[in-house]
Amino acid sequence: MASTPHVLVIGGGSTGIGIARDLAMRDLDVTLVEQGNLTHGTTGRMHGLLHSGGRYAVSDQASAKECIQENRVLRDIASHCVEMTGGMFVKRPEDSEEYFQKKLDGCRECDIPAEVISGEEARKREPHLAKDIDKAIAVPDGAIDPFRLVVANAASAEQHGARIETHSPVTDLLIEDGEVVGVEVEHKSGPGIRVHGTEGGTEEIRADYVVNASGAWAGQIGDMAGVDIEVRPSKGVMTIMNIRQVDTVINRCRPKGDADIVVPHETTAILGTTDEEVEDPEDYPEEQWEVDLMIDTLKELVPMLDEARTIRSFWGVRPLYEPPDVGSEDPTDITRDFFLLDHEERDDLPGMTSIVGGKFTTYRLMAEKISDHVCEQFGIERECRTDEEPLPGSEDFSVLRDYMEEFGLRSPVGRRSVERLGSRADEVLKTDDPNPVICECEGVTRAEVQDAIEQSGSDLNAVRIRTRASMGNCQGGMCVHRLASELHDTRVDGQTFDEAVAREAWDELLQERWKGQRHALWGQQLSQAMLNYALHATTQNRDNDPADGNPIDFAAFDAGSDASGEPGGADVAADGGERDGY
Amino acid sequence: MAIESDVLVIGGGLAGLSSAISAAREGADVRLVTYKQSTLRQASGLIDVLGYTPDGEGPLTDPYDAIPELPDEHPYRLLGEDTVREAMSMFDEVADTYRGGHTDVNALLPTYGGTVKPTARYPEGAAAGLASDDRDLLLVGFEAMPDFDAPHVAAHLEAAGVPFDVRGETIQFPGDLMDDAKVTRYAKLLENNGPVEVRGRERGARDALVERLNPLIEDEGRIGLPAVLGDADAAGVRAALEAELGIEVFEVPATPPSMPGVRLEDRLFEAFDEAGGNFESGNPVVSFDGQDRVETVYVDKQNARIPYSAEQFVLATGGLVGKGVESDREHVYEPIFDCHVEHSEDRYDWFDEAVFGEHPFAGFGVDPDAELRPLDSAGSPEFENLRAAGSVLGGYDFAAEKSGSGVSIATGYHAGRLAAQEAQ
Repeated sequence: MASTPHVLVIGGGSTGIGIARDLAMRDLDVTLVEQGNLTHGTTGRMHGLLHSGGRYAVSDQASAKECIQENRVLRDIASHCVEMTGGMFVKRPEDSEEYFQKKLDGCRECDIPAEVISGEEARKREPHLAKDIDKAIAVPDGAIDPFRLVVANAASAEQHGARIETHSPVTDLLIEDGEVVGVEVEHKSGPGIRVHGTEGGTEEIRADYVVNASGAWAGQIGDMAGVDIEVRPSKGVMTIMNIRQVDTVINRCRPKGDADIVVPHETTAILGTTDEEVEDPEDYPEEQWEVDLMIDTLKELVPMLDEARTIRSFWGVRPLYEPPDVGSEDPTDITRDFFLLDHEERDDLPGMTSIVGGKFTTYRLMAEKISDHVCEQFGIERECRTDEEPLPGSEDFSVLRDYMEEFGLRSPVGRRSVERLGSRADEVLKTDDPNPVICECEGVTRAEVQDAIEQSGSDLNAVRIRTRASMGNCQGGMCVHRLASELHDTRVDGQTFDEAVAREAWDELLQERWKGQRHALWGQQLSQAMLNYALHATTQNRDNDPADGNPIDFAAFDAGSDASGEPGGADVAADGGERDGY
Repeated sequence: MAIESDVLVIGGGLAGLSSAISAAREGADVRLVTYKQSTLRQASGLIDVLGYTPDGEGPLTDPYDAIPELPDEHPYRLLGEDTVREAMSMFDEVADTYRGGHTDVNALLPTYGGTVKPTARYPEGAAAGLASDDRDLLLVGFEAMPDFDAPHVAAHLEAAGVPFDVRGETIQFPGDLMDDAKVTRYAKLLENNGPVEVRGRERGARDALVERLNPLIEDEGRIGLPAVLGDADAAGVRAALEAELGIEVFEVPATPPSMPGVRLEDRLFEAFDEAGGNFESGNPVVSFDGQDRVETVYVDKQNARIPYSAEQFVLATGGLVGKGVESDREHVYEPIFDCHVEHSEDRYDWFDEAVFGEHPFAGFGVDPDAELRPLDSAGSPEFENLRAAGSVLGGYDFAAEKSGSGVSIATGYHAGRLAAQEAQ
């Protein structure tokens, strides 16, 4: 076996990217392939909760213990992705006293700091809580930005030599003599940083070992190798509010149920969720009743949610897995633990391991275990350092300071930029050129957008997840054309993005922003949607863009009244003819 | 005691002002009450009549030609072509800084998104930008103004097939303006040739801008800038620039807040004032008295309810954007008089999956009879003396058709005239 084994990781979610970083830091040669953007699957579709473990303290104590352990690690290594909001499990009068006690005991058994507070104290901390909340257990829940976290992991993996290929779905597994020896991928557009308009192609990537970390898609990868991986995808809805009605995570203290959590996240609050098994992780119904359920149930905890403005809803698919002999009927009963399926042991197919199940909060630990397992395959012992080494951006979080003066940014914009960038703030924001705000809702400046384009190429959705641009109240109505302009004529890796590339990325982001907003179309957001539609269709005429086809006979239109001394066009108006004076 | 008038117009946008002016010109005693700033400052300031048919046919060269083919419920069909023409002619008299009235044919104007759009009237400040004019074009944007990226707009216009060469340049606006300076600040500086500091020396902003523009001009016959060329005296600013640069200057309307929209609003308020109308702004109409007739409406002023009575009322409160039509999770409604608004009970029927699909929400509004009186669900007028105009009307998708301004002007004109005639 070569001294530097080459490992191919399938899946650019938190688990895959965590594995890529871990193995790259252990000096293995790593390639990661992802079918869409980083976080395209489950990771980009979660409510951003950094679990304290409290949620699992009764039902699944092993998971709960891992959560609190990783909660502490992530606060440390990913400080610029984490906001330690704190959390509460609140009890309503109709919720069981017995369960409340069980939850408290469970937290203590799992070493989760937990404090009982009165309803009055809970409302003091969160004034919009319902007046009849009895009491609450305060725990160290937090909010975490999955996009920023995954991007930072990817940056670190690349710094350690990894190759990351997004928009490159695996089309086949290469199997020779009964062993997995690599994958075939299809680059949706040219290899390297994604570029529209450049012809893609297939590529065979040979590797010494393949790790299938494709989450809800793991079964589909398994099918390519003829092995059975029974992932049970389960969907959950999340509804995004336009402001933070609460500043701490609010969980309902009852055994299990839909719509029992509110997570403050950046400028928004996210309501979650449901748990319903689906057949296909790509194609499942997204229904009105699910959105209504979020609002109607969670208003029992935070009454003002009933009248509040939602800006969109999205659905995520959990890659739940349980060993074949368990057979849970209800997806909420399926463990949140993760499983490492060594296909050599399990299916007599050497060269590949799949990782299934698990939770976002414990992504690093999962990556550590699977990286240990991969190293074991090669008989090498290299220590995991991901629990100690900060992610890029989190090396020195003391940089969080007032950037208003230094970068000429208004204070809230500067503060938010620095929070997003962490210790990369200097590197990104120090520019001699004007640095106007491109996305006003989220306070994203040109320098950040340009930095994201440099990292992710011509995909404006990738720019979005790196910067939050277009994710605020107006859902891109005011900034999508500005983002396209930022892309236009920018040069990345020897490739200049021309007008056609910018236009395609623009259309794609506009449609993507529309997709989730459809689930919030009433009240103010419907008004916003009409404004966005009017700005794009009426003011810009983007719905009839002549550049997209349909050439115009320009000569048939008004050529002005004084261009040739004669009125242009065909007819003179019937209502009095030509006017004087111009 | 109520404040009395012959005609009370609710709403100060294009429809409200058109109806107020038209009623005042009929000799009625007209009062206009408006709540917030109108959506004109979110609009381009171009006056579209009809750019595309509801089937997407277009861009239409002659909007009037297409009127007879529109669906029955379309406001233009209710009014008829002649009324639309009369309304536009009133607009032409009132908005004397607008061009395009010399012909029935639509003009094509460049947009800040780099496309061109069909429109019937355009501010004289945009006239040199006509896309059917084949003179070469230079566009210049400002570094700190991300809404108008001139090289990108130029490349997009070229892709759109315009019959001239177009080039885009980006410069720094003279002086160290904050990166988030408001468009009104640019406009005022240019209008007053206000002092800015350039390389340690104080200069007039307009003079300094000319110095930066001059070397950029090659063989072009015209130069386009974002719509920040002055506030009240846009013509003066443009003339000054043209004199110095030696080529025609025009503005490309940009995103909100839109200077051309604001200027138009100012001009229309002036015209209404000249016609003897009264107006007040800043407070919402919240409720009304009356059964078959509207007797009185109540304006909420710092929690006091002030009654306004009139013979005739015009509802010109806008559509979903202007909040003349509102919605919650179950309903779409007209908030002041609760006039009937046709909509599906399932809110997932309100939109299309595609961002530019056929969106039913775009057509939400009250359905009127031929006299523009909103009809109830049974098809009878909700009130004898209430007419509706502009975006509060349903039955058309102004965004897809590019018909918003025209419908506002035409229905406003018609509603105002009928209201005045009946009130006297």
